[in-house]
Amino acid sequence: MNEGRRSFLKTAALGALGVAASHALPATAEGAKATGGRRWAMLIDTRRCLEKKGCAKCAEACHVVHNVPALSNPRHEVKWIWREGFREAFPDQEAEYFDETLTTSKVLVFCNHCDRPPCVRVCPTQATWRRRDGLVMMDWHRCIGCRYCVAACPYGSRSFNWVDPRPHIAEITPTYPTRTRGVVEKCTFCDERLPEGRLPACVEACEAKALMFGDLADPASEVREVLRTRFAVRRRPGLGTHPAIFYLV
Amino acid sequence: MLEKALIGNRTYWGWLAFLAGIIAVGAFFYVRQFSVGLGITGLSRDVTWGFYIAQFTFLVGVAASAVMVVLPYYLHNYKAFGKMTILGEFLAIAAVIMCMLFIFVDMGQPTRVLNVILHPTPKSLMFWDMISLSGYLVLNVLISHVTLDAERKGIAPPKWIQPIIILSIPWAISIHTVTAFLYSGLAARPFWMTAVLAPRFLASAFAAGPALLILMTLLIRRLTRFDPGKEPLERLAVIVTYAMTINVFLILMELFTGLYSAIPEHVAHFQFLYLGLAGNTALVPWMWTSVALAVVALVLLLNPRTRVKEPTMIMACVAVFVSIWIDKGLGMVVTGFVPSPLGHVTPYWPTFPEVAISVGIYAIGALVITVFYHIALSVRGEIAH
Repeated sequence: MNEGRRSFLKTAALGALGVAASHALPATAEGAKATGGRRWAMLIDTRRCLEKKGCAKCAEACHVVHNVPALSNPRHEVKWIWREGFREAFPDQEAEYFDETLTTSKVLVFCNHCDRPPCVRVCPTQATWRRRDGLVMMDWHRCIGCRYCVAACPYGSRSFNWVDPRPHIAEITPTYPTRTRGVVEKCTFCDERLPEGRLPACVEACEAKALMFGDLADPASEVREVLRTRFAVRRRPGLGTHPAIFYLV
Repeated sequence: MLEKALIGNRTYWGWLAFLAGIIAVGAFFYVRQFSVGLGITGLSRDVTWGFYIAQFTFLVGVAASAVMVVLPYYLHNYKAFGKMTILGEFLAIAAVIMCMLFIFVDMGQPTRVLNVILHPTPKSLMFWDMISLSGYLVLNVLISHVTLDAERKGIAPPKWIQPIIILSIPWAISIHTVTAFLYSGLAARPFWMTAVLAPRFLASAFAAGPALLILMTLLIRRLTRFDPGKEPLERLAVIVTYAMTINVFLILMELFTGLYSAIPEHVAHFQFLYLGLAGNTALVPWMWTSVALAVVALVLLLNPRTRVKEPTMIMACVAVFVSIWIDKGLGMVVTGFVPSPLGHVTPYWPTFPEVAISVGIYAIGALVITVFYHIALSVRGEIAH
């Protein structure tokens, strides 16, 4: 993925220079060079997020721009980002005497873009792969629909298209591909927006400013600064997957 | 040699026509699945593998079990299995074909399945499964063809086939080991992530496969002039006894480690299997049936008198086969998904189209076996006309 990464960095730098809209995205290619590449990551300020009970703005925005179908049959559900109970999202956290506002609320979950993704390890066609900047990608034209990645993901982040998703998309966003039946899909950290210097759709849509996106490889980045000062947990750290999603508690 | 498949009596053709009918029903539902998607099965976001993959797993075992007649005959020169090896090899061929079909019908994008070869990925166990299964198919087709052809001409098989036959022995072990690795290497699924899975797969395979071979041999003996004598069947029953005992032993090991350690995510899966979880008890009666049959089988097999007496031998073999089929073909795969890594319990049961497609594939296997056994027995002049 060397070539892809180089061109990605170039466009990312150009786009960032042009738009310069973000506080979390490093704006120049120099920063990337100095740190030997980027490592995109997301921070979720759970308290801020939970203040807005029932808010699903991030999921709505994500699902609209990515043409994620809304299937009425829960067995066939496709979702990229959703709310999950604290105990379900963090099964190995001792939650018995925790602050109840935390344990009874639902936290945001999506693809963790792991450093060592089990889904990538098992895929027999490299239809899912990890970019050097940390994004775990999907090629929907190569995926054979074997669902081995779904079995391997310890976070339940992957959805399979059990039926044709297109009739279940309220309004198709023409700038993003739709999927066909029989392939697996998931959050891709908005790989299509990053080269334009834009933040992921969920981050942009969050009114509570509870989501923060940035470069872990840059010690001076805002995400690194926050991780230095606040306590953060990741989902199932014992599995050695090293997720790129941090939950600030 | 293949022309012998075209000469047969009314029973032969009637049976083939019957199988063709079942295959046609399966094909009809597969066409529907092909156009609608896997949504016509009982599978879901949380339970993404089910009946198809479970049948695949079970049948890899049946395929591997051919080694239980090949090994004593070729490695230990155990002559009594001389007439049986070809039956074992043909059973392996039919089983591998069924395995491949079960994988194929489980694919979301079956037209892209050759991507596995186009983009070979050695770090994926599925790549190795493809290599080992297709290699095993080629080995068995080659070996059975060469040895049967030699038998037809009344000469000894050529020398060059010997090393290939020997190679087929570890290869048989490898197909089921790799199949177990598909599951046991996943940190997300504690139910499967056990080092004892591959040995358990092999033990159950070497019990269920030879049990099936005994039953089929007895059936063929009734329908044709083929008679291998009592000795190979009794010896096969001994193999079934050892393998089934080891299999049950390994299941108990699994239960001890899972339950005594009392780690909730391990316990939950066994709870789902044997007691039911969150009101979902679909597998419970099946699993206890499997347990009961395993006990019956062991009692009948461990007692030398009931093991050699034909009616009880048949009972024991049926009990072994059904017990292991329930364990591997129903329980093992689905339970890996229940509860899900997020603790959700999603009910799964195969739908009618799913079962019809599966029965269709089994009918294809039965057809392949019928035709091949018919050819083999015609070559030996043992077909009753």
